[in-house]
Amino acid sequence: MNDEEENLAVVTVFGVDKPGIVAGITGVLASYNVNIVDISETVVRGLFTMIMIVDLRTSNVQLPFLKEKLEEKARELSVTVSTNHISVFKYMQRV
Amino acid sequence: MSYKFSAKEVTEVLDMLLFQNLDIRAVTLSINISPAISHDINITLTRIEKTMKKYTTKFYNVVNEVSEKYGVKIVTKRLSLTPISLFLEPLSYDLNLLESKKNAIEIAKLIDKIAVEDKVDFVGGYAAFVHKGETKGDVVLMESLPEVLASTKTINSMINVASTQTGINMDAVRVMAKKIKEVSEVTENGIGCTRLVVSANTPEDNPFMPGGYHGFGENEASVNVAISGPGVIENVVRNLEASDFRTLHEAIKRAAFKVTRLGELVGRKVAESLGVAFGSVDISLAPSPKIGDSIAGVIEAMGLESAGVHGTILALAILTDAVKKGGAMAVSHIGGLSGAFIPVSEDSLMTEAFRRGSMSIEELHALSAVCNTGVDMVAIPGDTPVNIIAGIIADEMAIAVTLDKSLGVRIIPVPGKKEGEEIDFGGLLGKATIVKVRNLDNSKFVERKGVVPPFVERLRKG
Repeated sequence: MNDEEENLAVVTVFGVDKPGIVAGITGVLASYNVNIVDISETVVRGLFTMIMIVDLRTSNVQLPFLKEKLEEKARELSVTVSTNHISVFKYMQRV
Repeated sequence: MSYKFSAKEVTEVLDMLLFQNLDIRAVTLSINISPAISHDINITLTRIEKTMKKYTTKFYNVVNEVSEKYGVKIVTKRLSLTPISLFLEPLSYDLNLLESKKNAIEIAKLIDKIAVEDKVDFVGGYAAFVHKGETKGDVVLMESLPEVLASTKTINSMINVASTQTGINMDAVRVMAKKIKEVSEVTENGIGCTRLVVSANTPEDNPFMPGGYHGFGENEASVNVAISGPGVIENVVRNLEASDFRTLHEAIKRAAFKVTRLGELVGRKVAESLGVAFGSVDISLAPSPKIGDSIAGVIEAMGLESAGVHGTILALAILTDAVKKGGAMAVSHIGGLSGAFIPVSEDSLMTEAFRRGSMSIEELHALSAVCNTGVDMVAIPGDTPVNIIAGIIADEMAIAVTLDKSLGVRIIPVPGKKEGEEIDFGGLLGKATIVKVRNLDNSKFVERKGVVPPFVERLRKG
């Protein structure tokens, strides 16, 4: 695995759509200098879903720490966030 | 490779992880502790501690770090050790049984203490291989079982009494039937029996308990992984109510690929962080007592009213075959039992099927033909005679050596309980209904002495 890939994570946010979700979550990422590589929004089963691929190379925090901070923010916003290393998706969705 | 994933791909994975109980059932660290084999109990104990500690002190943290980094739940951390019967050979050389048992118990207690200290859930390897006959070390180990299982929390024991190569050691089957009764009488509700399996053709790299041990062909240390995931498969099957068999099989296979792939990822990462070899992934889907994490649930989703009704063997055969085909592609090194598991009390809907009367011990024997469990986590009346337990083990061993499979019996006579009563073993072990056992006399048969010679399947190996 190259250095770039080792530092990529997928951040998925789901919940009832309301103002401030994108700002709240991306605000946490910005505060730790985490770069958003790709972002998309969609509605899955009636729930607002935001999927971001983020790069931690520019940041000085580790994934478990970021995960905890994102979960704190998600609780505040009454949404659910899942933060997983990109390998999980690569392993399960690519042959 | 593109890092882009569609919303469907991302949410499919998250659905599995967050809502369908997909997790890693166990990361099992298999350790060679044989440098501790000595005629001096003090050397044995010191070296066991030293060899185990080399790995176990960091094991808990490493597994948790991998779990957090990848966002994947890892339910239990386990160890597999060199079979303890080997340690008892030199230690028992010039001692009588009673004195030798003291050494065995001391070893078990030390390993249990280390496991508790380093937050390991279970330790396998309190094991003996007696499929053609017993040596003194084996006898000491088997005789020590009631005290060992009563005085430890984490120790798991496996006694291999049959193999395709050598036949079925009925003397050992009878001894183990008696030990199962004794263990049940000295542990609360017979719970010690949940850490004891009598098996045939046991694999060397099994991540599951109680069968796990560090095999004779293994290296110094390696990581073996056990996955879960019946919930994922059940969900797939529920969405295919009217599909034909081929479509059903294909869908299970595709989902099984994804589920087992997660085991491959976690195994690689834990092994890398621990600096040990990545051993294997057991591609069996392990159920848990949670709702939506049941093998019986998958069978019922295929269109059967209850597990055990006519059609169940085919349903389980389809599941096992599709899981094997998907898993074989997902995993670089298949290991352990790699079939389907139906530990009764650990599978809420299987327990329900027993309560309803659609499942029975006889049906479990029949299902052994198409899965890799046997009679597992089955609670029976506390007053079941030893010869009946021996008969249940004998039947399962016969299937195992005839079909050249790994199968076992983990049966719990619950003291004071009668057929139809309930027992709660707690946690992952789940609830069980005390099942019906046919008590007609088999003693003249099972009490015959000796070893049943290997069946003709032996000749396939030359």
